[in-house]
Amino acid sequence: MEFFRIRRDIPFMRHALVLNVISAVTFLAAVFFIATRGLHLSIEFTGGTVIEVAYPQAADINKVRAAVEALNFGEVQVQNFGTSRDVLVRLPVRGDVKQTEVVGRVFDALCKAEGGSVSTQQVTTDKGESASRPVCGEVGKEPVHLQRSEFVGPSVGSELARDGAYALLATVAGIMLYLAFRFEWKFSVAGIVANLHDVIIIIGFFAFFQWEFSLAVLAAVLAVLGYSVNESVVIFDRVREAFRKFRKLNSREVIDHAITSTISRTIITHGSTLMMVVSMYLFGGATLHYFALALMIGILFGIYSSVFVAAAIAMWLGVKREDLVRQGPEKGDPDDPNAGAVV
Amino acid sequence: MNRYPWWKYAILAIALLVGLIYTLPNFFGEAPAVQVSSAKATVKLDASLVPRVEQALTQAGVQADFVQLEGTSVRARFADTDTQIKARDAVDKALNPDPNDRSYIVALNLLSRSPQWLTSLHALPMYLGLDLRGGVHFLMQVDMKAALTKKADALTGDIRTLLRDKNLRHAGITRDGNNVSIRFRDRETLTAARNLLSDQLPDLLWTDAPDGSDFRLAGVLKPEAARRVQETAVKQNITTLHNRVNELGVAEPVIQQQGLDRVVVQLPGVQDTAKAKDIIGRTATLEVRLVDDSVEAAAGAAGTGPVPFGAERYVERGGAPLIVKREVILTGENLTDAQAGFDSQTQEPAVHLTLDAKGARIFRDVTRENVGKRMAILLFEKGKGEVVTAPVIRSEIGGGRVQISGRMTTVEASDTALLLRAGSLAAPMEIIEERTIGPSLGADNIAKGFNSVVYGFAAIALFMCLYYLLFGVFSSLALAFNLLLLVAVLSMLQATLTLPGIAAIALALGMAIDANVLINERVREELRGGASPQAAIHAGYERAWATILDSNVTTLIAGVALLAFGSGPVRGFAIVHCLGILTSMFSAVVFSRGLVNLWYGRQKKLKSVSIGQVWKPGPDVPAQG
Repeated sequence: MEFFRIRRDIPFMRHALVLNVISAVTFLAAVFFIATRGLHLSIEFTGGTVIEVAYPQAADINKVRAAVEALNFGEVQVQNFGTSRDVLVRLPVRGDVKQTEVVGRVFDALCKAEGGSVSTQQVTTDKGESASRPVCGEVGKEPVHLQRSEFVGPSVGSELARDGAYALLATVAGIMLYLAFRFEWKFSVAGIVANLHDVIIIIGFFAFFQWEFSLAVLAAVLAVLGYSVNESVVIFDRVREAFRKFRKLNSREVIDHAITSTISRTIITHGSTLMMVVSMYLFGGATLHYFALALMIGILFGIYSSVFVAAAIAMWLGVKREDLVRQGPEKGDPDDPNAGAVV
Repeated sequence: MNRYPWWKYAILAIALLVGLIYTLPNFFGEAPAVQVSSAKATVKLDASLVPRVEQALTQAGVQADFVQLEGTSVRARFADTDTQIKARDAVDKALNPDPNDRSYIVALNLLSRSPQWLTSLHALPMYLGLDLRGGVHFLMQVDMKAALTKKADALTGDIRTLLRDKNLRHAGITRDGNNVSIRFRDRETLTAARNLLSDQLPDLLWTDAPDGSDFRLAGVLKPEAARRVQETAVKQNITTLHNRVNELGVAEPVIQQQGLDRVVVQLPGVQDTAKAKDIIGRTATLEVRLVDDSVEAAAGAAGTGPVPFGAERYVERGGAPLIVKREVILTGENLTDAQAGFDSQTQEPAVHLTLDAKGARIFRDVTRENVGKRMAILLFEKGKGEVVTAPVIRSEIGGGRVQISGRMTTVEASDTALLLRAGSLAAPMEIIEERTIGPSLGADNIAKGFNSVVYGFAAIALFMCLYYLLFGVFSSLALAFNLLLLVAVLSMLQATLTLPGIAAIALALGMAIDANVLINERVREELRGGASPQAAIHAGYERAWATILDSNVTTLIAGVALLAFGSGPVRGFAIVHCLGILTSMFSAVVFSRGLVNLWYGRQKKLKSVSIGQVWKPGPDVPAQG
């Protein structure tokens, strides 16, 4: 099998202007949505309480909401999580309520709504671990089951947001330095602009659809940043090689050649990574849902941006043979097919 | 040219073997077990308990796989849950004759089923994070301001005592935040006090701060002293938490410092947050009292007579009963520090106590009046008291520095010091993050994570084999080798596996295939360019290497940034991500090359390589399917 039968270099850069306009528009749209809609941050960042409960049958969301709202804990979000039997309750941080008691009180209310009462019982799990846990009604016949709860104080949240920003900055700075050192500043700028454009677009998606932006999503975004920069690196590598090899081609043709000769690898690699991520999306369950989604968007835009955006920016910045090929022309290149007599 | 020297194959074989050995324990699963740990801070657990547990089991007719001491607990593994529960009851009965006053906690637990020879190679399974096995997680913030204030308070007391002892008259000592200021009536006293205090209290930095016509001396806690105070506060809190958590009988509690002023407590298997919080938040108290050594008391201790009026009967650590007067001389609040050390004259192991000013004054008075008598230091936990130590008072002790020595080993000295410190938290703590995960949710998460990796891996391997034929098989094998190495390294490091960690493994595999695609595409390209098969393989690997290195470095930069700034789940992700990049470089380049060399390297006249169709653009030849 061979998917890519390319006879001559595809003139990608001929369309650079149009594609860059599209990129710019998407980018601005993403910025616009981030600015106007904002992100739906998870409680890891905002602080608050999350409670996940499971019902033996499909849960009645309205009944759950009514039961929780009766406690007056402020703005409550109740939604299905994964399946129709699992319900996620989110509560904001409230100064007047003792946070560490919130989980107990909410579970108590949900249990009462089902006509049971909460008691702490010693339960032996199927794996033989003994655990005492709050049980609603009788063990084995619980009308509602506490799956998971999480409480994050407000100070932790703001610190996480700060650390996330630092991590992003450190990654950007590290990659720029590396590219500048390994190639040249124009590539460094082009690479980072292209990939930040990916990052902004992923975040834009999260803002537009109001998907939950959690720590895991942040990790995915940073992983995408590192991953799609390597795409640009591969292309830049080829650009450098082509500058050495083909002395007659101009910058635009060299870039076209570099992209053409790497396109099959680009698509196969990203396709493979995408298969893994899709598998995570399909089988990973609700916890990995947004993580995989962020990776998916990131990988797709990563292909696009490293092919069209990074190379095009490098071209606009005026990458020249002299920038990359250090040795003077008089030394000559042994591989140069166009080498001839010199005067 | 495509041959490896023998030592390269040897390295690959060793890596494969080590990878297999260290990955293996993860597949054995867990078996029911019983864990015995100390219920009281005063009961110390050692190897002598193992035969006792064994004896109890044989008496009950229960067969254990093994009984052994691990860390601070004795563990016995059983074949099934029924035997486990029977064994728990038998051991509990044998070790705790009085059910109302348990010395040992006997809890059900899980132990790895991996065979002994693997364990002896230190090949242990990965720990499962709370999101995979269920449990409670707390993040606690230590109130450092309170710790510093406490220290400043203690210092203020010390200053007062020092000045009085040297007869230096002051016009008032005040504590303002963490600073102390002393007023004097004249300059001579100030200078004398300054010399004395700089000498005696090196933790404070003294400056003259004349206030109007007053002579004022201001003391500021030195930054390094403040740092030391904070460090000890966190350490002491962790020790105290350990003692309290032990009581829950949790299999593998994690109590760790996070950052400068935070403590993470993870209790796998525990679901009842309320009880956990209650136990973590409880305080033990320390009391110093005098021992009643009258004849009646001796009779009371021996059990031949009643306990005299105004006294109580307590059990000394080690088992002997002791009659102690009811009157409390000092409490733990007056004790600022307890450290193990050595007697400066006899070089015997000793425990050094530091009392605050009020405690020091009382202690001096009491010791002066009771030379030759014994005093008892009692630790109250869960409403029950126990005598930690009962030394004889040899002389009057002033200055608040007390030394307990004699008939002690170094281990006993450090135990006693620990117990005395363990009484209370050095600084208050507040729970700032709390998480509980049900056990069924954990099992669910394992299955989900496992499935994602398996199906993703299968899809990639299938595609590679179809597209690159034999080279695809090599790439898939290299990818499997990468997975093996990654799991082996994680097991060796005893990393805690979490769901984000599994996601990182999946992602690492998805990204690692990149290197093989690069190589295979390069080899094809060389073939397309008309190179001979052997030369194409050689050049393909050679040229792809620079690109692989570059692309992995950028990915690694992002991984390291995550590692440096991430916390909690993100850290777990970042560690696996970074390790995955490193193992993938080795497996994709060295291992797959090894396979290719083994297969093709010996064939001198290689006509073709199985890397899928290599399509050559020719000016006349039309494209073929």
